[in-house]
Amino acid sequence: MNTKHWLRLLAGLFTLTLLAAACGSDDDESSGGADCEVGEIDGDLAMYNWAEYIDEEQLQEFADEYGISYSLDSYDSNEAMQPIVSEGGSGFDVIVPSDYMVSVMISAGSLMPLNYDAIPNSSNLSDDFSNLYFDPEGGYSLPYQWGTTGIAVNTAVVGTDFPRSWGIIFDPAISGQFDGQIQLLNDPRETMGAALKYLGYSMNTTSEDELAEATELVAATAGRLAAFNTDSADEFLTSGETVIAHGYSGDMFVQFLETDNPGDYVYFVPEEGGTRWIDNFAIAHDAPHPCTAHTFINWMYGADQGAALTNWNYYNTPNAAAVAGLDEDLLDFVNDPAVLAGGVDSLEALEDTGDFEVNYSDAFVEAKG
Amino acid sequence: MTAVEAPAADEEVLEVTPEFEAAAERQERRRGFLLALPEFGYLTLFFAVPLVIVVVYSFATRNRFGGTDLSGWNVDSYVKLAEPLVREIFFRSVWLAALTTVICLVIGYPFAYYLATRSLRVRNVMLVFVMIPFWTNFLVRNYAWRVILGNDGPLTKTTEFVGLGEHEYLFTQTAVVLGLVYGFLPFMILPLYAAIERIDRRLLEASRDLYANGFQSFRHVLLPLSMPGVIAGSILCFIPSLGAYVTPEILGGAKTTLLGSYIVTQFLTARNWPFGAAMSFVLMAIMLAATVVYFRKGGRTL
Amino acid sequence: MSKQTSAVEPHGWTKFFLHTNGWLVYFFFYAPILLLVVFSFSDSRNVGTWGGWTLEWYAEFAESRNARSALSTSLQIALVSTVVSVVLGTMSALALERFEFRGKQVFDALLYLPIIIPDVTMAVMLLLFFSQFFELLGTVFGIELAKGVGSITLSHIAFSISFVSVVVRARLAGMDSKMEEAALDLYATRWQAFRYVTMPQILPGIAGGGLLAMTLSLDDVVITQFVTGPGGTTLPVYVFGLIRKGVTPLINAISVVMLVASMLLVVLSLLLERSRSGSGTA
Repeated sequence: MNTKHWLRLLAGLFTLTLLAAACGSDDDESSGGADCEVGEIDGDLAMYNWAEYIDEEQLQEFADEYGISYSLDSYDSNEAMQPIVSEGGSGFDVIVPSDYMVSVMISAGSLMPLNYDAIPNSSNLSDDFSNLYFDPEGGYSLPYQWGTTGIAVNTAVVGTDFPRSWGIIFDPAISGQFDGQIQLLNDPRETMGAALKYLGYSMNTTSEDELAEATELVAATAGRLAAFNTDSADEFLTSGETVIAHGYSGDMFVQFLETDNPGDYVYFVPEEGGTRWIDNFAIAHDAPHPCTAHTFINWMYGADQGAALTNWNYYNTPNAAAVAGLDEDLLDFVNDPAVLAGGVDSLEALEDTGDFEVNYSDAFVEAKG
Repeated sequence: MTAVEAPAADEEVLEVTPEFEAAAERQERRRGFLLALPEFGYLTLFFAVPLVIVVVYSFATRNRFGGTDLSGWNVDSYVKLAEPLVREIFFRSVWLAALTTVICLVIGYPFAYYLATRSLRVRNVMLVFVMIPFWTNFLVRNYAWRVILGNDGPLTKTTEFVGLGEHEYLFTQTAVVLGLVYGFLPFMILPLYAAIERIDRRLLEASRDLYANGFQSFRHVLLPLSMPGVIAGSILCFIPSLGAYVTPEILGGAKTTLLGSYIVTQFLTARNWPFGAAMSFVLMAIMLAATVVYFRKGGRTL
Repeated sequence: MSKQTSAVEPHGWTKFFLHTNGWLVYFFFYAPILLLVVFSFSDSRNVGTWGGWTLEWYAEFAESRNARSALSTSLQIALVSTVVSVVLGTMSALALERFEFRGKQVFDALLYLPIIIPDVTMAVMLLLFFSQFFELLGTVFGIELAKGVGSITLSHIAFSISFVSVVVRARLAGMDSKMEEAALDLYATRWQAFRYVTMPQILPGIAGGGLLAMTLSLDDVVITQFVTGPGGTTLPVYVFGLIRKGVTPLINAISVVMLVASMLLVVLSLLLERSRSGSGTA
């Protein structure tokens, strides 16, 4: 009897201590920017990136040049990466959060301020990418790669005579005959955002009425879809499961090139507007090797390295100096004016809507049925 | 289990007094306790304590940035559980999980019996062969099914060839159930096999000798004796099915939201950890209650 | 064990039904595996269209440092977690089925919780726990620990114990304890009674539980993702990330490699057991 009670007590005490520790360390003030010199190394590089977003060989090149080793671990969503880094003690140096997640992580104190003295190559950053909403002074992040979200169509089946609009998904009058062969992303913000854009609203709206309209629209469309899917959006299109797909620019582009007849496929951002997303370099607030991290980011911002990166993952580069080194195919795709049916100004960036995120998420679940 | 009596040697005759019995019983209890202690300690540390953390989180608030505010306790998350959307998801999930479990039982029981009645050598080999497919990656198996069930895949081609007409198999609820059954059938088979295998064959023989036919022998002898296996298998099938989220996404096209997906969404998309924690906690409480009831019905104690 | 007699050997339509069911189940189990293996040799980026025979995917896997380290990490973790959870799980089953003691009910319930908890919840709570725990160790005792292979293994053991326990208990449940009592009456020690009487009889349960534990560990994605650290990428996590980029036959190739590796592990352990006990399992 006594032993058991002792155990209970111990467990209770343990819990209390943990909770106390939790409460105590909840407000993590990020340390001041690391005091690093250009090219300074203070240990191996631990990178935490999206899967297949950087060539291992490129990392090896960096490691060889500076006489260290690297580790690369991957995550598949911002929301999975963020708690791991924010909790502390993750062991990672460089991470690659998306735009909205950067603003979230800055507020949570999960990112280390960047010391630009150690990143002179940051001057290569294109002017289009200064003063970003999620990190206006770039104090905590530097763009990594960017792209758009739009629609890809199999013109061999659908033809070329269709409006470059979200209506090709949402309007049965336009695409009714392709029911069961349409796909939307399984992402609340992107898909609800598409519906909102079609209805003429902002994709960052916090109006419950506007969101309700969008929910109705998506619900009406759900029955006409093959699937809600993010990972295989591009594959479904080229394998014939779908003929109209909602997806990311780089993914689609790479997938087209891998078919025998890339000319059959076309990607565009609808005229009502779409998402421009930016993934960014950032350093974890408790990175064990901050100077190595700074040196790495600086190295990646060189013209050659920037081009090598983009030529490998086929998204788009924010590095103005790297543009000259990009592959022909990629340049053609990226500079094609037909891609942005509504023009550059029609692009909107997804922002974190704070408490309203829950509304978006629930609306999406409701719409799916 | 009754207290074990000390070995009575021929020379000495130990008197079995009540004190002696009590002492022996205490020793038994201590043994049992010690035997359970390491696991108890392990689970307390790596499970119960984290669980307490989850419960604590369920009373917290989601702050503006999707993080969790531990100060300011409230029951908002629990109130949210009463919303119609949540209830709809819950009942839909229970139905699918029950369907999956029943199908697993119907397919798995004959298989387990078949397995248990082979010779020893064959049995072990067969058992290993049951498990081997499950040493491939779970995700990859789902994707393989997606290929098989796809619009241009082997299944549609076969049914068209045979003349059953054109059907869509992928991205339907049928596909989801198929995927779930595929995933959890071994969880049904293993406990069933373990339970059936140790049943004394002679009991079945006896029932046959007493003019019972096959079905009667099954119903009155085999089934009751294998009930622990049925219960264990059902639990191991039903509960993960309830929380499944990969299969509904890959094979169902994410068109129906089930409980598992919904909980994952709270943690990974909506970043509403308190609600996710509350849902998980309530789900676990319901499951635990159901398990207790199921066990009592099966005649065992929990 | 008792010998088979023709009286209970299924015959007639029952036999036919059982045989057919058996074969169908195996076919059901192996259909996707066959597809998997065949298409791992397909010279086409699309899994689903056949493109001719090639070994390029295996070559790609062999060249990828990340993939190989993920595979070895997975196997290490699976091995340790299986062994530990089988031992602890069997002990739990014995304690719960054969003994009465204070707190038995609590322990029983605790043992079921890892089975009924949703994966992602367990992942989240373990993340929180390890972060706080390591921080506590650091500030109070000055021990610096990092998340990684260790935390993953500890997490896998946590849920595997329960599964092993359930399977072994199903076995023990109706088992007559009189044999053990008889052994004890015959001056056997507790350990001897267990080793020579109980264990041989529950061996199928233990084996089943062990296989289950290994499968669970090798397959786990969500929990692993959350408690991992640098260098802790396991194969399923790696594959999960790859899939995000596109389902190519590379994933098939990796799965086949993992399959073969697991089979080798099991064959190895069976051989070891056979050589140790001499005449095979009881």
